[in-house]
Amino acid sequence: MTQTFQTWGLSYEWAWGLATLAGILLIALPLMLGVAMIIYADRKIWAAMALRKGPNVVGPFGLLQSFADGLKVFLQETIVPSASNKALFLIAPIITFTVALMAWAVIPFNSGAVLADINVGLLYVLAMSSLGVYGVVIAGWASNSKYPFFSAMRAAAQMISYEVSIGFILICVVLWAGTFNMNGIVMAQKGHVFGLINGFVANPLLFPMWVLFLISGMAETARAPFDLTEAESELVAGYQTEYSSMSFALYWLGEYANVLLMCALNAVLFWGGWLPPLDLPFMYIVPGFVWLLLKILFFFFIFSWVKATVPRYRYDQLMRLGWKIFLPFSLLWVVIVSGYLMAIGHFA
Amino acid sequence: MIQTLAFYLFATMVIASGAVTILARNPVHSVLWLILAFFNAAGLMVLVGAEFIAMLLVIVYVGAVAVLFLFVVMMLDIDFAELRAGFVKNFPLGLLLAVVLFVELFVGLIVRSAGPMKLGTPDGAAMTGVGQSNIEAIGALLYGKYLFLFEASGIILLVAMIGAIVLTHRQRSDTRGQNVSRQNARRPEEATRNVKPEVGQGVVL
Repeated sequence: MTQTFQTWGLSYEWAWGLATLAGILLIALPLMLGVAMIIYADRKIWAAMALRKGPNVVGPFGLLQSFADGLKVFLQETIVPSASNKALFLIAPIITFTVALMAWAVIPFNSGAVLADINVGLLYVLAMSSLGVYGVVIAGWASNSKYPFFSAMRAAAQMISYEVSIGFILICVVLWAGTFNMNGIVMAQKGHVFGLINGFVANPLLFPMWVLFLISGMAETARAPFDLTEAESELVAGYQTEYSSMSFALYWLGEYANVLLMCALNAVLFWGGWLPPLDLPFMYIVPGFVWLLLKILFFFFIFSWVKATVPRYRYDQLMRLGWKIFLPFSLLWVVIVSGYLMAIGHFA
Repeated sequence: MIQTLAFYLFATMVIASGAVTILARNPVHSVLWLILAFFNAAGLMVLVGAEFIAMLLVIVYVGAVAVLFLFVVMMLDIDFAELRAGFVKNFPLGLLLAVVLFVELFVGLIVRSAGPMKLGTPDGAAMTGVGQSNIEAIGALLYGKYLFLFEASGIILLVAMIGAIVLTHRQRSDTRGQNVSRQNARRPEEATRNVKPEVGQGVVL
């Protein structure tokens, strides 16, 4: 895009600046629209599985429900509890929202269509997702209220527990791909199995890692069945209890942007990202970002499906799953995968 | 130009947030300022072309270590009067620390006059060669040249971890824990029984 701007007679610096700004808007605006629609989709799927109708009043089929909700919270009064730590109370939702958007900078939407094509892309995603917990923890502490505080404690422990195994899972992918660059990882999956199927998931050695990644992703984004941080039967609304108006809406947007990011990571790391599912010439007629979008929507359906059907974990079960099952298993798998790659001379 | 601006931005932020870390009254604020300092230090690392170290700094220190700090500090019951009362008692220790730090700074200055170390520069002159990324360069060093030192540090950390577990672990007999494998192994037919009592007879439990 920088070249396009340069052909308009701009200097390299200005062209680069404009191209980056345009890239940010091209990602952030559709993402926000997507989040609004995905909240609607989530509610519809959830309702369908509970044999309800779901939102169906605002607009055709209730399509405008999210926008109506957005307008409603926008017009509400922002309530700041008098005993809270005001500055931190207001910064916390902004951190959650900003970090949720920042990680999207390295997601490749097509060959070359990536905002920041850095060679530590995957580490950047890990770094940003580990920052996400601060929004929750700071909110819990700054609210100066019991239930948000419990929620913050849970969130901190939960995120750290699952990040460890996510790290090991990603190492397996990186070993196979030989790069941390997101586009490089996508390209490494081209014709991965029999030169036909695009995606690490069809590889029997990496399939268990994908299953682990999907479950860890749910825990990392605090989605059901791991939504202990906002378990309404125990903690009112968790860290969001004291929030209202736009600061509350920022949590919602940030949370769903994070869920979409997790879906996109599933697609990019294991399902071939913007590549079509099969490495056949006619499948490349459909543009790459459409394939990526379809995969993201597929994974979002799985997330919703799980939310609608699986009961919430107990907290000690959550910790046990993370530390006693996922961690040893993924650690063992790193040894197996690296041993196998060594044996077949993958690194030669 | 923009590198210089970014360098001064990051450097100022590191120093300022570092200073506020020790000046802030509230320990939680201190930790949050410390996190900001870490984050800006990562920015400096990116500037000198060490993006791998920068990301590790954010993942390990900001994402894990600082969260645990915050976790502990948040649970403190802060009594400001007591904090000030401890000032006189801890003053000699603080003074000692200050002297040690000052001497270190002084030694550092003397060493520096003997000629600067070749560190990274903001223009990226210290970047690894073309075609070799940060990760590859560090990997080749850690798993090649410094393999035994690397393994030794790993073993030291492992020993420290096991030591911490051994020191803090205790078998408690006064609490009722859950044995998950036993719970999973339990079958409905062992735990329940289906009876059809006669009307008016009831069931003997």
